[in-house]
Amino acid sequence: MAARIGIFIVFVAVFLSIPAFSSAQDLQIVNAERRIDLSSHIVKAFLTVKVENIGKDPAAEMLLAFPPIQIKNLAMVQALAVTGKKKKKTYVPLDVKPTEQPDAPNDTGYFRVSFVSPLGPGETITLEVLYILTHSLEPFPVEITQSESQLVYYHDSAVILSPYHVKQQTTFVKTPSTRVESFTSIEPANRAGKEIKYGPYENHAPNSYTPVIIHFENNSPFAVVEELEREIEISHWGSLQITEHYKLTHGGARHKGVFSRVDYQSRRSVSGASSFNGLLAVLPPRVNSVYYRDDIGNISTSHLRTGFRKSELEFEPRYPLFGGWRATFIIGYRVPLEDYLFEASDGRRYLNFTFGCPLVETIVNKLTVKVVLPEGSKDPSAVLPFTVNQDLQVKYSYLDIVGRTVVVLQKDNVVPTHNVPFQVYYTFKPIYMLAEPFMLVSAFFFVFVATLAYVHIDLNIVRK
Amino acid sequence: MAALESPQPGTTSAMRHAFGNVLSVLILVLIGVLAFSIRLFSVIKYESVIHEFDPYFNYRVTQFLSKNGIYEFWNWFDDRTWYPLGRVIGGTVYPGLTLTAGTIWWVLNSINIPLSVETVCVFTAPVFSAFASWATYLLTKEVKGSGAGLAAAALLAMVPSYISRSVAGSYDNEAVAIFALIYTFYLYIKTLNTGSLFYATLNAIAYFYMVCSWGGYTFIINLIPMHVLLCIVTGRYSPRLYIAYAPLVVLGTLLAALVPVVGFNAVLTSEHFASFLVFIIIHVVALVYYIKGILSPKMFKVAVTLVVSIGLVVCFLVVAILVALVASSPTGGWSGRSLSLLDPTYASKYIPIIASVSEHQPPTWPSYFMDINVLAFLVPAGIIACFSPLSDASSFVVLYIVMSVYFSGVMVRLMLVLAPAACIMSGIALSQAFDVFTGSIKYQLGGSSNSTDDAEDTSTSNAPKDDASASKTDKGEEIVKERSSKKGKKKEREPADKPSVKSKIKKKALVLPLEASIVALLLLIMLGAFYVIHCVWAAAEAYSAPSIVLTSQSRDGLHVFDDFRESYAWLSHNTDVDDKVASWWDYGYQTTAMANRTVIVDNNTWNNTHIATVGTAMSSPEKAAWEIFNSLDVKYVLVVFGGLIGYPSDDINKFLWMVRIGGGVFPHIKEADYLRDGQYRIDSEATPTMLNCLMYKLSYYRFVETDGKAYDRVRRTEIGKKNFKLTHFEEVFTSHHWMVRIYKLKPARNRIRGRSKKKTSSGSKSSKSAKKNPWV
Repeated sequence: MAARIGIFIVFVAVFLSIPAFSSAQDLQIVNAERRIDLSSHIVKAFLTVKVENIGKDPAAEMLLAFPPIQIKNLAMVQALAVTGKKKKKTYVPLDVKPTEQPDAPNDTGYFRVSFVSPLGPGETITLEVLYILTHSLEPFPVEITQSESQLVYYHDSAVILSPYHVKQQTTFVKTPSTRVESFTSIEPANRAGKEIKYGPYENHAPNSYTPVIIHFENNSPFAVVEELEREIEISHWGSLQITEHYKLTHGGARHKGVFSRVDYQSRRSVSGASSFNGLLAVLPPRVNSVYYRDDIGNISTSHLRTGFRKSELEFEPRYPLFGGWRATFIIGYRVPLEDYLFEASDGRRYLNFTFGCPLVETIVNKLTVKVVLPEGSKDPSAVLPFTVNQDLQVKYSYLDIVGRTVVVLQKDNVVPTHNVPFQVYYTFKPIYMLAEPFMLVSAFFFVFVATLAYVHIDLNIVRK
Repeated sequence: MAALESPQPGTTSAMRHAFGNVLSVLILVLIGVLAFSIRLFSVIKYESVIHEFDPYFNYRVTQFLSKNGIYEFWNWFDDRTWYPLGRVIGGTVYPGLTLTAGTIWWVLNSINIPLSVETVCVFTAPVFSAFASWATYLLTKEVKGSGAGLAAAALLAMVPSYISRSVAGSYDNEAVAIFALIYTFYLYIKTLNTGSLFYATLNAIAYFYMVCSWGGYTFIINLIPMHVLLCIVTGRYSPRLYIAYAPLVVLGTLLAALVPVVGFNAVLTSEHFASFLVFIIIHVVALVYYIKGILSPKMFKVAVTLVVSIGLVVCFLVVAILVALVASSPTGGWSGRSLSLLDPTYASKYIPIIASVSEHQPPTWPSYFMDINVLAFLVPAGIIACFSPLSDASSFVVLYIVMSVYFSGVMVRLMLVLAPAACIMSGIALSQAFDVFTGSIKYQLGGSSNSTDDAEDTSTSNAPKDDASASKTDKGEEIVKERSSKKGKKKEREPADKPSVKSKIKKKALVLPLEASIVALLLLIMLGAFYVIHCVWAAAEAYSAPSIVLTSQSRDGLHVFDDFRESYAWLSHNTDVDDKVASWWDYGYQTTAMANRTVIVDNNTWNNTHIATVGTAMSSPEKAAWEIFNSLDVKYVLVVFGGLIGYPSDDINKFLWMVRIGGGVFPHIKEADYLRDGQYRIDSEATPTMLNCLMYKLSYYRFVETDGKAYDRVRRTEIGKKNFKLTHFEEVFTSHHWMVRIYKLKPARNRIRGRSKKKTSSGSKSSKSAKKNPWV
């Protein structure tokens, strides 16, 4: 550990020695407050910064910096500009884009936040930034037995990494329980109950970095979906069929040694504290024909509550998941088409559906959303609020001849915040709906005609 | 059945025929729908899932076939089972079922109907039972006309015995084999009735399909020769018989030899010898008939004496060689299962593995009532109807029922072969009875001329002209029986036309009083209704449970016990792909199919020694068992335990078979050591050997902590040894209701510690147990 801290000190030294960016010095952060929520395995950080333009030219954007250990686990960054005073605060969402800096020190990653209007010299603006980290809680010890609870490390910096000068800053870290084994103390730092407070710190130079490690208990379910494939099949006959293939794993400390059912059933509170059994999926309100199964058949431990605004599917995997255990399952359901398919003003149709994973509090390492358009639809295009990999495929389903166009959207590192609507536009002529019924009718017709012919044809050479 | 015969007065007979044909097609379609849908109870009550044990293997083979294609399938060496031996699947499996389902799947997918392999497998059996009922219609129609055919088809569509093997999900060989069996018999009868070589060829192909599908094909290849022999002996030899038989033997044997699992067995094993013997006989007979035709009677007599004397000598020689050949093979050329058919006590004496399977036990009387229900009472009536008059076809079905009754009496599984025969017989009986009753009602109501016409119309089919409505009600059967059999024998020698003339004269005399007919009709309908109710009950309640998921109805609703799949899923996701799992052989197929893990033994019982090794390990003390399992590279041991929830078919109840099978190969395991005064018990009276064996320990490990008393709900007693520790195994998974417990073998101890221990305690003991281990 000491060696690692040593490396970080070297980092800091390197940061300090690098000449600051040309534009960077035009801005400075007057006040920053960061609240890091470690209560689940999805780390949420709320950052409130007050930025001041101290340069001579108006600044149109600012940079947010993240250390390399965070940048690869960063699921999402959102920024809001706060305008107005206390009572009449309004929030304006700002455009946040990842960006490359040519002289970024030590693989630091940057996001560019564009202001609504350029920040004039001497003006200040308050920003609310939310960023979400996944896989950032490192279990230690790496393997635990059934009776132990799960302890994890969280690495971060006590001061905010920023390319700008930070005048004053404070960081609050919220842990799930009061059990904190240890935390790096950078004065002034103190712990009260579930909260650790770092700061306030005054006047930190750009690119300052002070590594801290917090070692604490976290028994919240580390439900990680390694792969999720959602297939949304549009049928213009009136329904939307959704099939979701999950590969679930427990992402926490690996289970070691025996699994005793006696202990698990009789001493539930102390045995298998970090394991989880129940999961909750939030499904659309008018959902029907819900099924929950896996490769070897139906799984009977599920319960569906349909509601007016949302439906909830409570379900359990076949067995409780301990650290490192895996389970696969499939959830499928159907929703009425009219709730999700609309006609755009230009005559195209579009599907409006939720991206992301319906399970609450889960990380999806790799999410693939496939929108299967009806046979004969053309010109598909997807509209999403964030960037995803897009692809087109062809799928053959019941009695298809030319196949159905499939819009494939693929995104890594998805968190519940990604459950936002997305749209897929396409053109479709309703006449294609009749193709398959017509095929069936004609097939039956030919069978009867053939039978008719067969009955009346006499192939005997000699008339009997 | 009755509907078809309801006449349409005032129309021409051609119109009536057309109408009758359409009606019978419609009825057949409905029967098919009935046969299919009555088997869906399991899907509706449970789910669309493969049932039981063997179907999981077939399902896995089908998956392989659909994924890798036919050529890979023939060459498939399965290394996931019988570790470390493996098994050549392509050469040891009857491929009919998997090829059928694979073909259906392929066809459906090539027209873009994306059904999964599992769905196709689940519904193969119901679809084929619809086919089987149509085949029954064809067969019975050949014997006794279409009325009887429809009745038989309707009965077969819902006979419980067949339902038990063909509910949706019961993806086993029998599902398609019964169809193949009936269809082969139909084509044989059809050839016999028409003498057409076309049908004879089809017959050989149908026989080939049957050989592909099921080991029960030997029933066909013995029954048909017996019938041929019967025909020859009773002087019914005809060229039609020759056409029906000779091509079947030649083509059928050649085709059968193409199936890898049969191969040269088709000519080498005793099961097939009867057909070759009869093949020779029928040629001799054909030759005799031919010579008889070209020689004068006097010359013929001379020739006969000459040929007979030479022939006898040749025959003796051939027989002597055959006997010597057969006697030189250890089992006399008969497979164990066939031998246990001929000698019902054979298996229990010599092969505990065959005897341990419940479906190889002889059936009890109630199981006849359960499985064929009222058919058991209708069959004798049907037999009588077949004797009036006795045609080639009807003598065949009589022979069929007699033989199948015998076989079903030996092995409960062969009830399945009896079911079609019983249905055919009962169909004939019902149809004839309806004929008589409706005929006499019509006669009483409408006058004589009409009724005789009708009776004739309905019975005109390509079946031999019979005196359908002539005789035999279900009353006074005994008197009738004697008369008819005598009459039948007499009639055989008479030209075919005569009996029908005779019967016409009789017909009027046999008209029953109106009231009696109506009452009898109602009774028959009630009987049928009772049968239908029973069948629906059997399909819904008795035979629809998939056995991998259990349910129990309690006060607070349905409770589901899904422990098997829970633990298979756990194995498949949380152990290494190449880990070996040892369990009793019942769970082998399921483990390979659902958990995709390598097993030591499975339900295909081809290697007795291997199964005995596992049985020995299970009945040994922990240390010795660990050594056996470790030498087999086993990583996990799976036991099924029902003591917590009262699931009776668990490993403790099967344990005596493990001891017996293990003891059969490794004599240091003695059954007596596990019994206290001849009684099998696990309570405090149990023997120390029992209380220290691995199976006991793995089943009851920490069981006492559930309720404090360790009360076993299956054996209804507290267990004998409650608190003990495991030294060589550790519990890694126990399912929710404790039905499946999986243990992991602990790694071998450090060498230094082991050596020092050996020195101090008992070096001799461990070396002794190492000697016991057959794999070291």
